[in-house]
Amino acid sequence: MLNLFQYSFVVRGLEAGIIIALIAPLIGIFLVLRRYSLIADALAHVSLAGVAIGLLLGINPLFTAIASTVVSSFAIEKLRLSKKVYGESALAIFLSGSLAFAIVLISLAHGFSIDLFNYLFGSIVTVKQSDVYIIGVLGVVVLIAIVSLYKELVYVTFDEESATVSGLPTRAINIALVMLAALVVSLAIPIVGVLLIAALIVIPVVTALQFKQSFKKTILTAEFISVFSVISGIFISFYLNLSTGGTIVLIALVVFIITLFAQRK
Amino acid sequence: MQHTVDHTKNIVEVENVSFAYSGEEVLTDITLSIHKGDYLGIIGPNGAGKSTLLKIMLGLLKPTSGTVKLFGQDINRFKQWSRIGYVPQKVVSFETNFPVTVEEVVAMGRYGKRGLFKFPNKEDFQKVTQSLKQVEMLHFRRKQISDLSGGQQQRVFIARALVTEPEIIFLDEPTVGVDIKTQKQFYSLLRKLNQELDLTLLLVSHELDILAHEATELAYINRTLDYYGNPEEFLKGEYFHKLIGKGGLHH
Repeated sequence: MLNLFQYSFVVRGLEAGIIIALIAPLIGIFLVLRRYSLIADALAHVSLAGVAIGLLLGINPLFTAIASTVVSSFAIEKLRLSKKVYGESALAIFLSGSLAFAIVLISLAHGFSIDLFNYLFGSIVTVKQSDVYIIGVLGVVVLIAIVSLYKELVYVTFDEESATVSGLPTRAINIALVMLAALVVSLAIPIVGVLLIAALIVIPVVTALQFKQSFKKTILTAEFISVFSVISGIFISFYLNLSTGGTIVLIALVVFIITLFAQRK
Repeated sequence: MQHTVDHTKNIVEVENVSFAYSGEEVLTDITLSIHKGDYLGIIGPNGAGKSTLLKIMLGLLKPTSGTVKLFGQDINRFKQWSRIGYVPQKVVSFETNFPVTVEEVVAMGRYGKRGLFKFPNKEDFQKVTQSLKQVEMLHFRRKQISDLSGGQQQRVFIARALVTEPEIIFLDEPTVGVDIKTQKQFYSLLRKLNQELDLTLLLVSHELDILAHEATELAYINRTLDYYGNPEEFLKGEYFHKLIGKGGLHH
């Protein structure tokens, strides 16, 4: 049997993957409970436009993806608060708009072939050593931000009106949440890809919710499922020569389905 | 601890408040004050603007005109939100089995007071225990909130409002969807809080019959403030009959 640790790209993929696996449910639990999980999908499509800009200009696509999603998350939140459009419509506008933008950019460059395909569906081969450092540093930033805003995020998610009355700056907290979501989405792209990132943010959380535990235990359960899916997904995809992102998401889905049936009894 | 209540101290002052929602006036020229120790019931038909008025008093909505003062200070400059407790009409998140225990819900009440980036400390946990005792829900502390009955959930929300040791609690239609027995227990809990803890209460409800016997003041709102004063006067006075006559109440 091949020893996969001999391959430095596998080690890089595992390092980056575990960081992503840890931060995805942290942001996912708040998005899912606020019925706002679609924002992850919308931001993922925005990040595709960001990746296309990066590939076109020859900049690390991770940077352009982060910049475009963070700016867009702020714009989506403003558009939603303006009440000029419904929340979901704001998401739909950004999702399809940025996809259109990405496609136009791709046609301008006469296609990026294999590179773009990796960003769409995720591949650990795309993860460069510099990416691991960026994912590591920003992952820690996301972790610290969520831990230090934890109690505020819980309150605003549970009961926004009462949180406002208690004197918490709910608007700022909401904006912080979508910006953190933007960061997580961009960081996860090299591993799971644009089209599958929402799944990694949502599925482990939805699975953990089936156990009906306290908020903290629910997060821990989601973390466990997420890390398990990512590590086993990377191993399995390596040995069976499958798509990394797809394998990770399918494993998370299998865990979800098993949990659903187990909880029914 | 027995101490005298200064009933002349204004806690909330609403002056000439009007509110329009997309061009249509929902509240017109409301003026009323809530004094320390009052138990004010705001009643009126559905869609009369009661909850809107409550939200204006809490700063959740801005009045089209008029001013609101909390503890003598203009609401736009008011910062001491821990002096105020709030029990919202219903917390929508319930149906989704929001993963949160009774204890976690009550602790939320302390978060605004604790401040950003700070973790709850020992004092916070002591207050959580204390306020769960006050509403007799301490033995449910580790239960999921979604596993409780409507009446029990309502008690937990009162505990959350109590946990900052506020001077006034605002309650928005708290007994919607609970049975008569639970409702009675609920009102006796409020009476206890008002009489034993000198807590000022403001309760919005459409249950005139109960509230008229529980509250110390009554305000009848139907876009305008039609009556404000003693509940007994209201019941025996011409207001009540006039309202019944014009079909203003739907009970």
